[in-house]
Amino acid sequence: MSTSLDEGAAGSTPRPTRVTKLDRVVIRFAGDSGDGMQLTGDRFTSEAAAFGNDLSTMPNFPAEIRAPQGTIPGVSSFQVHFADYDILTPGDRPDVLVAMNPAALKANIADLPAGGILIVNTDEFVKRNLSKVGYDVSPLEDESLSQYQVYEVAMATLTQGALAETGLGKKDAERCKNMFALGLLSWMYHRPTEGTERFLREKFARKPEIAEANVLAFRAGWNYGETTEAFAVTYEVAPAKLNPGTYRQITGNTALAYGVVAAAEQSRLPVFLGTYPITPASDILHELSKLKHYNITTFQAEDEIAGIGAALGASYGGALGVTSTSGPGVALKSETIGLAVMTELPLVIIDVQRGGPSTGLPTKTEQADLLQALYGRNGESPVAVLAPQSPADCFAMALEAARIALTYRTPVFLLSDGAIANGSEPWLIPDVEDLPDLSVEFATEPNGADGAFLPYLRDPETLARAWAVPGTAGLQHRIGGLEKADGTGNISYDPDNHDRMVRLRQAKIDGITVPDLTVDDPSGKAKTLVLGWGSSYGPIGAACRRVRKLGHDVAQAHLRYLNPFPRNLGEVLSRYDKVVVPEMNLGQLALLLRAKYLVDAISYTKVAGLPFKAEELQGVLLDIAKGADAA
Amino acid sequence: MTTIDLGLPGLAGVPAADEPQKAKDYKSDQEVRWCPGCGDYVVLNAVQSFLPSLGLKRENIVFVSGIGCSSRFPYYMNTYGIHSIHGRAPAIATGLATARPDLSVWVVTGDGDALSIGGNHLIHTLRRNVNLKILLFNNRIYGLTKGQYSPTSETGKVTKSTPMGSLDYPFNPVSLALGAEATFVGRALDSDRKGLTEVLRQAAEHRGSALVEIYQNCPIFNDGAFDVLKEPGQAEQRLIPLEHGKPIRFGAEGEYGVVRSGFGALEVAKVEEVGEDALVVHDAHATDPSYAFALSRLSTQDLSHTVTGVFRSVRRETYDDLARAQVAEAREAKPTDLQSLLRGKDTWTVVG
Repeated sequence: MSTSLDEGAAGSTPRPTRVTKLDRVVIRFAGDSGDGMQLTGDRFTSEAAAFGNDLSTMPNFPAEIRAPQGTIPGVSSFQVHFADYDILTPGDRPDVLVAMNPAALKANIADLPAGGILIVNTDEFVKRNLSKVGYDVSPLEDESLSQYQVYEVAMATLTQGALAETGLGKKDAERCKNMFALGLLSWMYHRPTEGTERFLREKFARKPEIAEANVLAFRAGWNYGETTEAFAVTYEVAPAKLNPGTYRQITGNTALAYGVVAAAEQSRLPVFLGTYPITPASDILHELSKLKHYNITTFQAEDEIAGIGAALGASYGGALGVTSTSGPGVALKSETIGLAVMTELPLVIIDVQRGGPSTGLPTKTEQADLLQALYGRNGESPVAVLAPQSPADCFAMALEAARIALTYRTPVFLLSDGAIANGSEPWLIPDVEDLPDLSVEFATEPNGADGAFLPYLRDPETLARAWAVPGTAGLQHRIGGLEKADGTGNISYDPDNHDRMVRLRQAKIDGITVPDLTVDDPSGKAKTLVLGWGSSYGPIGAACRRVRKLGHDVAQAHLRYLNPFPRNLGEVLSRYDKVVVPEMNLGQLALLLRAKYLVDAISYTKVAGLPFKAEELQGVLLDIAKGADAA
Repeated sequence: MTTIDLGLPGLAGVPAADEPQKAKDYKSDQEVRWCPGCGDYVVLNAVQSFLPSLGLKRENIVFVSGIGCSSRFPYYMNTYGIHSIHGRAPAIATGLATARPDLSVWVVTGDGDALSIGGNHLIHTLRRNVNLKILLFNNRIYGLTKGQYSPTSETGKVTKSTPMGSLDYPFNPVSLALGAEATFVGRALDSDRKGLTEVLRQAAEHRGSALVEIYQNCPIFNDGAFDVLKEPGQAEQRLIPLEHGKPIRFGAEGEYGVVRSGFGALEVAKVEEVGEDALVVHDAHATDPSYAFALSRLSTQDLSHTVTGVFRSVRRETYDDLARAQVAEAREAKPTDLQSLLRGKDTWTVVG
């Protein structure tokens, strides 16, 4: 045992248990929305990170803040996958399920494979709670759970007992049972504990008695594992052999917010975030609101339209305008995005996609806004579209979005999604010295004949127009949503001018420099390419590894640039007999690939509000790979 | 010299011009394309003639508009300008004004733009008190879409879209603005150059959102809508001009006045019947908006009475000043250290 474990279990006498070494484990904490499962999972994740495991997480919670207690709709869960090697997904199925009540058990048990570990908080398995979810007989009392290793723990009772002397009320004491569960699991998996204790003391700094109660409950859970004879085995997952460097754990929304901060620093421009709260994008607003010292103004507007309008107004004034939202918000912002296309001003539009259409599934993931981002406006209205492939990738892609917006004076979509936004993984912390310079040059001098200023005179290379901000003497000009005369920017209804301007705006976007697509094909013999975009990177990658292990060749490539596509995409597609495109929509990327490259892409789609499972994609790829091998 | 020296708090931070300006300095090279006889010409001329008196650098003035006839205004001003989308000018101007304290930002909008499609942005801008001057051209009709009724048209208005008469009850824009607790609300007639200029001047001096409703004639689709306020013999009976600190009195001979009535309301009375001492002395600086609201209710849709001038002008901190102050405070309190932000609290190192 490491030193940290002994510290965490201060006062207890270690009891010899058998230690099993594992290369990876998936744990799912599930309970009522009010049980603090997200916090529990988050803390366990931090412990895994501090220990040096690779990890990937998937929170899953209802849209209702507090659905009726003890019901299936009220179940909230957090899955964490940690390993001693580099993993790509939060795991298809849990190895361990912690069920805090009958509803959590009922909602999640089908995912637990036979032989899996089930830890149950028995205190909630009373008649009323059981009947609420349709159990006539407690599943703990019939044979229905016989295929699992079941550990029955009276978590609430034990927590209350541990806190009896603190003077805390019964209800407050009972609320600490999630920390008991965390303590128990931390013991089972040899997790370091100082981080959690420090975290609890900081989180409840203003309520020291609550902080101490949580720490006590956490330790009680640990000690319970240590002293009771129920648990014969503990498990070790060694630190992962990742690329050298310093890592931290990060969620997509945080990484995205940090990318925006880095863009402010690297461009030396103030950032103006104009936004409106919407799940699952609000955390970007929360995070940036705390970072005003990086010259960031955050404006919570009266609606989505005002959010993007204010951001565009700030861009017009020489700031980097950013707006953050989800699909329904994009629908409202469309007209302003069109104005940004017409006025050719920089603007970063963050769309954290969720299940649609309409209000859809606010807390679930989906990637069905691709065509909305590309084409969801009136007229020929081209914009750049980027998509991060994992939580940590959000940082780099936010910087890329800012680079393109500033260099080309264009709106840029950044398509994240619910899985990336709330999921987390280790992030190799970049060296600030290596970040790209994003500085821009505003127009300061007339650029036309006779001292005239032509706001729509373009840089011959990027086709970006001159960006003169108000306050610049002699460059007064008017822009707006009406068609512009090439060069002068004056209103023009001239047919040829309109045709020219439509094509110029398109050419500018088509000409954006983006990196070539790289292909992962270890054997170099693959005839099938799997091409994805966005958050499906992890499950696709994991599925490819599995298929290769089974002896089939398969190549993987992932698009982070959706508009324009990488220059070499057509050539890459032409190298393979089969191109498989898995998407969490009804085939939007496949549609684009077919239209643009005349490739007979095989579209595999699922729109369940959940990320793909590696196992599922493995099956799909195996069927196709077998066909390709045979051909 | 700065604008603070000029005693114009609304323009503090906006650099002053080096040389005196003339109205023609504010005319752009674009041909004005409103219909002949449109009230917008008068307002444009009034604004172009008035701006030189502020003595600001022209490049630090921005006109932001939405969609509609009046929203073509920025094209005709030799300043910076953005002709945006329908109803959204206050939102765009909010971002601009917050990002740039050195700009004097003016919003030009109409009754359809500001009160129908953009109603939400208008009230929220006013409640936030963003340092913007909003010129609301009210012609009680949709002009650019060729003659449908607007949110300020009288009930029963027969238009192309309402051949049997409109059903909507109209907004009183001044009441609406005061309901949103706007810190500055004024009204003027397009034909009253002097009165309009005075309200514009006070609006410019005001720090915060200023809403100026301008009754503006549309000669094509709603001609003569405000004629009764312009005809000698009629106008004096109907117009109630406001002047801060003065008793509210009107009529050709000053025979009418405004007196208190019932629960905080006001009414028009004959001075000879109530006596001069009963007349309300106009206080534009009253903190409670109820008084200004009561004044706004004296104006009726049929124009039997119309109050003009500055209803309310009170000081309240502006959103943009406060937003900038928060950023400044944060910057003072915490040094930036991107590397340490990225590192966070819990890291681990993998050795190669």
